[in-house]
Amino acid sequence: MLRIENLTKMFGGLAAVKDISVEFEANQVNAIIGPNGAGKSTFFNLVAGSHKPSFGHIILDGEDITTLRCDYIARRGVGRTFQTTNLFEQASVLDNLIVGHRLRTRSGLWDVLVNSRRLQQEEKLSRDKAREALEFVGLSHVENRFIADITQEERKRVAFALALTTDPKILLLDEPAAGINPEETQGLAELIGRMKDHGLTVCLIEHKMDMVMGIADKIMVLDHGEKIAEGTPEQVREDPAVIEAYLGSDDDAAA
Amino acid sequence: MWLKLAALLTRPATKYFFIALALVFPLVAQNEYQIYVMASAFVWAIAVYGLNIITGYCGQLNLAHGGFFALGAYTLGLLTADYGWSYWPALVAALVMTAVVGFFVGVVSLRLKEHYFAIFTLCVGFIMYLLMDKWEELTHGPVGVRNIAPPNGFGLVDFTDTTSIYYLVLVFLVLTMWFIGRLSRSLLGRTFTAIRNGDELAQSLGINLMRNKVLAFVLSTTFAGLAGALYAGMVRFIGPEDANVLHTFDMITYLLVGGIGTLSGPLVGTMGIVWLTQSLQFMEEYRMILFGPLLVFLVIFFPRGIVGSFLSWLHRRTQGEAEAAAKTQQSRGTTGRRVNNNA
Repeated sequence: MLRIENLTKMFGGLAAVKDISVEFEANQVNAIIGPNGAGKSTFFNLVAGSHKPSFGHIILDGEDITTLRCDYIARRGVGRTFQTTNLFEQASVLDNLIVGHRLRTRSGLWDVLVNSRRLQQEEKLSRDKAREALEFVGLSHVENRFIADITQEERKRVAFALALTTDPKILLLDEPAAGINPEETQGLAELIGRMKDHGLTVCLIEHKMDMVMGIADKIMVLDHGEKIAEGTPEQVREDPAVIEAYLGSDDDAAA
Repeated sequence: MWLKLAALLTRPATKYFFIALALVFPLVAQNEYQIYVMASAFVWAIAVYGLNIITGYCGQLNLAHGGFFALGAYTLGLLTADYGWSYWPALVAALVMTAVVGFFVGVVSLRLKEHYFAIFTLCVGFIMYLLMDKWEELTHGPVGVRNIAPPNGFGLVDFTDTTSIYYLVLVFLVLTMWFIGRLSRSLLGRTFTAIRNGDELAQSLGINLMRNKVLAFVLSTTFAGLAGALYAGMVRFIGPEDANVLHTFDMITYLLVGGIGTLSGPLVGTMGIVWLTQSLQFMEEYRMILFGPLLVFLVIFFPRGIVGSFLSWLHRRTQGEAEAAAKTQQSRGTTGRRVNNNA
């Protein structure tokens, strides 16, 4: 589904992501973990196209998307959420979501001027998509509330819904469970599971290990920009390199 | 009770009421001067609507707006006064001119973000002013342009007196509002708003940033050009001072007071401030003593302007009542009538 080959990103002389090769299978939940500054967010930015890699290739469904601009990558089916999602606070949840399907529509200025049938159909389609996504994340009952008036957890779900309205094949979630309580985290994990059931491929960055171990089919561990381990949750948990990265080696402890 | 009255204001039919008011205004005005003030307020409102597209909906603070206003005025003024064009072709030329210049300025300046974009456009506006002031062979320099042609009439209608100009400007204002209303509700308008929420998020939704920003910029400068051309045909005399950056800041003030990113905000803000300024005429420059605190008060307590704050209040009230009603019925279904945030 998504194949990464020798991906490297240099910022000046510093390699934020160093020679990563990995393959994410379709219809699975893939987690990327690692200590702070390990290059996880940079990795996402490279896949989504907001940063251009220094070396390497990103191949989505057999197509090389390495050099594409991020709006084209989004159209190829890569959706993403951010650690913080800036939405229009003084507009309703639904109003914020309607634009999500814009990338699958073609209406331009002329359609606005003559109020063309195409524009009307596409607006209806976008509205339906927004409602559908809202229902999927379980927030239909707040569709008319202002973004400013909903809870932190509901905002996370709205951010999911916004990414879903773009009709993605693969979804990149950057720390979805940051800043919410354990119970809500459980709810989000269930939601991610439902996405998988609906045929989506999910990649997530997350620090909450309970959640990651519970839902991930595959985990990639990054440290200092390098991939130090890869495998099922059980394999990764036992991996000495992972334990060292998280807890420090015996040498460090002695020093 | 108040809620019902307030909700009435957001009804689509309300606009016909206000159009009717505007239509009878010249009949009830006490003197020609009032009609003239109203007409010039309409012209400024058209320009503020333009500014609202790029700054309100798209979130890019454009400080060259006054420059584009003057560019439209000068295009019409010079073509009619020096080159013998008649009014209507010159008006079209002014629109084309501001759109084309807007396109090239937009393509360059929109590569910058946030305050860098604001500073760059401030310079563009000032360069426009300098060109009008110093390029004497073309623009007559500080002397300005005189003998600008008034609009040609059609058959029975001619545009030689203030009242007919008033109606002409009103027609353009209504057309402008109709277009902006349609734009803001459309997918294209939503695209602009998504860009305001953040470049990164907009791109992750597959929005082509540059194309949409340039489109919003060109639309905004074209409306500035339209307003400028109408202004030139109305006052019949223009000078480089019309490109002064102070006019841009005036327009930003109208926009902030009325409600940035709202549909009726530019009109409410422009009308409110123009009439307030007129009624405080006797205080001369001391008006600013009143204006300053008023503006600070508005920005602190009504950051979304008069219209924006009103709509937020209305939405929350209707939403609250609907949810309370839903609770009493013990049913979890729809949560109330949708209030159009674009009103």
